[in-house]
Amino acid sequence: MQATNHTAAHGGGHEAHHHEPGFMQKYIFTTDHKMIGIQYGLTALIFLLFGFCLMLCMRWQIAHPGHPIPLVGSLLEKVLGDVAKDGKMSPDLYNSFGAMHGTIMVFLAIVPLAFGAFGNYVVPLQIGAPDMAFPRVNMASYQFYFLGGIIMFISFFIPGGAAQAGWTSYSPLATSIPTHGQAFWLIGMVFLISSSLLGAVNFIATIIQLRAPGMTWMRLPFFVWAQFVTGFLLLLAFPPLEAASVMQLMDNLFGTSFFLPTGLAVGGRLADISGGGSPLLWQHLFWFLGHPEVYVLILPGMGIVCEIIANNTRKTIWGYKSLVFSVLAIGFLSFIVWAHHMYLTGMGTKISAFFQTTTMIISIPSVILLTCFFISLWGGSIRFNTPMLFALAFLPMFGIGGLTGLPLGFNASDIYLHDSYYVIGHFHYVVAPGTIFGLMAGIYFWFPKMTGRYMNETLGKIHFWFSLLGMNLVFAPMFIQGLKGMSRRMADGGTTYFGADDIAIKLNTSITHAAVLLGLAQLPFIVNLFLSIRNGRKVESDNPWQATTLDWATPTPPPHGNFATEPIVYRGPYEYSSPGAARDFTPQGQKV
Amino acid sequence: MEIPYTYKARPDTGLYNAKVGIWLFLASEIMLFGALFSSYILLRVQAPDGVWPEMRLGWPHGLLNIPIGTFNTVVLISSSVTVVMAWASLKMGKIAAFRRYMILTLMCAFGFLGVKSYDYNEKFTHYELRLKNGEVHTGHLEVNGKHPGFWSFADIWNLDRLTKEKVAEVQFTADPPKPKAGEAHAAEAGHEHVAKAIKRDEISRLEAFIPRNHNFFAIYFTITALHGLHVFVGALVMAYFAFPGSRMWRTNPEQFTNRIEVVGLFWHFVDLVWIFLFPVVYLL
Repeated sequence: MQATNHTAAHGGGHEAHHHEPGFMQKYIFTTDHKMIGIQYGLTALIFLLFGFCLMLCMRWQIAHPGHPIPLVGSLLEKVLGDVAKDGKMSPDLYNSFGAMHGTIMVFLAIVPLAFGAFGNYVVPLQIGAPDMAFPRVNMASYQFYFLGGIIMFISFFIPGGAAQAGWTSYSPLATSIPTHGQAFWLIGMVFLISSSLLGAVNFIATIIQLRAPGMTWMRLPFFVWAQFVTGFLLLLAFPPLEAASVMQLMDNLFGTSFFLPTGLAVGGRLADISGGGSPLLWQHLFWFLGHPEVYVLILPGMGIVCEIIANNTRKTIWGYKSLVFSVLAIGFLSFIVWAHHMYLTGMGTKISAFFQTTTMIISIPSVILLTCFFISLWGGSIRFNTPMLFALAFLPMFGIGGLTGLPLGFNASDIYLHDSYYVIGHFHYVVAPGTIFGLMAGIYFWFPKMTGRYMNETLGKIHFWFSLLGMNLVFAPMFIQGLKGMSRRMADGGTTYFGADDIAIKLNTSITHAAVLLGLAQLPFIVNLFLSIRNGRKVESDNPWQATTLDWATPTPPPHGNFATEPIVYRGPYEYSSPGAARDFTPQGQKV
Repeated sequence: MEIPYTYKARPDTGLYNAKVGIWLFLASEIMLFGALFSSYILLRVQAPDGVWPEMRLGWPHGLLNIPIGTFNTVVLISSSVTVVMAWASLKMGKIAAFRRYMILTLMCAFGFLGVKSYDYNEKFTHYELRLKNGEVHTGHLEVNGKHPGFWSFADIWNLDRLTKEKVAEVQFTADPPKPKAGEAHAAEAGHEHVAKAIKRDEISRLEAFIPRNHNFFAIYFTITALHGLHVFVGALVMAYFAFPGSRMWRTNPEQFTNRIEVVGLFWHFVDLVWIFLFPVVYLL
């Protein structure tokens, strides 16, 4: 009865405002979760490319310190002025690019892509909801993100350039640099954090409130669980950084000393401050966000990989409940491991020992997740399409990233490895061939739902194989450099560093070549993404991958309001190849 | 398209969407203020022994105006009561009573902000003065025969500004010495309330009670300003619902009542922050 009423109201509503919404309302100021997801996705992909280009300039400088940057050198000089004199990269510019590469990749590219884009597009579809719980809050979330991005981008062009104190913005360095880049960074961060908070509230409320009838918690696709936990991480971990950003802004603009110690000297002169602050306080507040943030980066990727593996092995995922409880455990534990980023600060051995212990504990649920995915492959007849290739590559890449993290979690070995290229290698393995591969898999996987056409398989495979090669050629040598003691953040690539030997220096050149290869490998993807919208092969049905979850039970592309009839859920998310079933998949909405 | 449970409760959770949303939002707010309170604790714990201003970086005691703080506490708690009454009036279908209670709440909110700005101004016009001979005073300043301007943030003096504007001498009225236990009135009586001329060359440090003076002021202004911003935004939202937004009462009374409940929850949170803030910053 209720269902009929609902359908009637639904139909009536459509007739009442039958006029097509205008361009602005449909594409710019939209409250439709799918369009907002696509807005997030495109903006984040642009920032991803931009962040990558910053890094290419830096890689050139590392391999050929003091030589003019080819192709873009003169442009940089024209736009940025003296910091790029003669097309060469000055140390200040190198620091700016380094800080902004990290900031852009984490806060403007990966999080918006993983959480904003995929979360927005897929979560309501997978739980059988017509939209998010708060569509207008959703729109505001994207607009805050966009504004934050604009502020970050503009900061490159102000006198003195963008922030230079690294993406971690450690005080007192961040306050001592006499340019306004850091203030822009902090104001931009306040916008980005507010955007994430609005998104997180919306996602969690949607998942709690708008699940379709029959969609119990243990019938949620794992992707939704991953987004649910991610939402909580953003909700609870980001506000301390917002507080810290406000305090650092006070330090920068109003001369307070929250993070500035007594007796601070800048440029050989005693700074004109009251003193009495604590640089460690900034690090604690930053990493209280910073570590959960790592899981914000990785969990949505894992969720996507889980969906794709189940779909392409045509088997139920192994250990669904273990996955769910592991991801909840990770969410909880990620709040109590943050100070393993701070072993070298002299905060004391007892505190270090505590955080070393929790860090080792959190690796257990992470290993459970990965193990479940590996076992899920066992005995499957795997379809090796492009999304599956990316999803499969995710597993060993994330494995390498995760396992190389263990020596950093032990404080004895971390003392040697800290702040070396080893650290860069480690977290890039987690985020670049890990998360980004997961996200790429997701783009290839849900593209047919968004557009009604497949992406080109040949271009996709070229993209995949060269990316895989490029990623490993870039990041694997960094472990060697790091173990040889090469320090990160050096604007000349370590040539002036007496400890660096020939091999480590020579690897700089090969990594730069590999980075160029990696950049070229993205060209087929960009071409594929745009050409396939109009020219891709059309899908045969609404469910081209023959998947079980509700997102594939919608029309293609899903209209405003998503479902033709209100979905009812009868079963778990991964019923593939059930014995006795008519086909090798049984959708969640199928009654018998 | 209609989003389910916008105002009707979902049977299995017993909540409508906005209620889930506001509780989640408040959770994040707790983390926001929690971080600031933690910073307060850390900064205070690591401050050197001794009391400001005698000890330059010691933590100050008794600087804030407790009667004013108490008054504001009462005002905010009353407003929490009136906002509940407003919601209860709606539940009973009395829109006129609702509006009366909302107006009372708004008066409390703006009253709070008014008192707070008086409190701020008292700090901006109050100075710490250190002389080269080691004397330390707090008190009020007169430059070129004028007290620093009321409400003009640009009119805050320090040693750099005195030097830049070539002010050779200032008049300084020191605060009465802090009463010691048992001799409060005696100390007051013996103190003369006269301005004393002080030459610029004698001054080693002159700074108003502003954030850059000391971490106590830094954290005090940051937390209370952030809290004040919450009061202000909450008041704006409530003003909207009391007047133009109350049109919804005619079309969808249930949803309108829910909105007031959600605003009320936020308002209680703002109140609660102050209930922690007042003892921690003013009294301890």
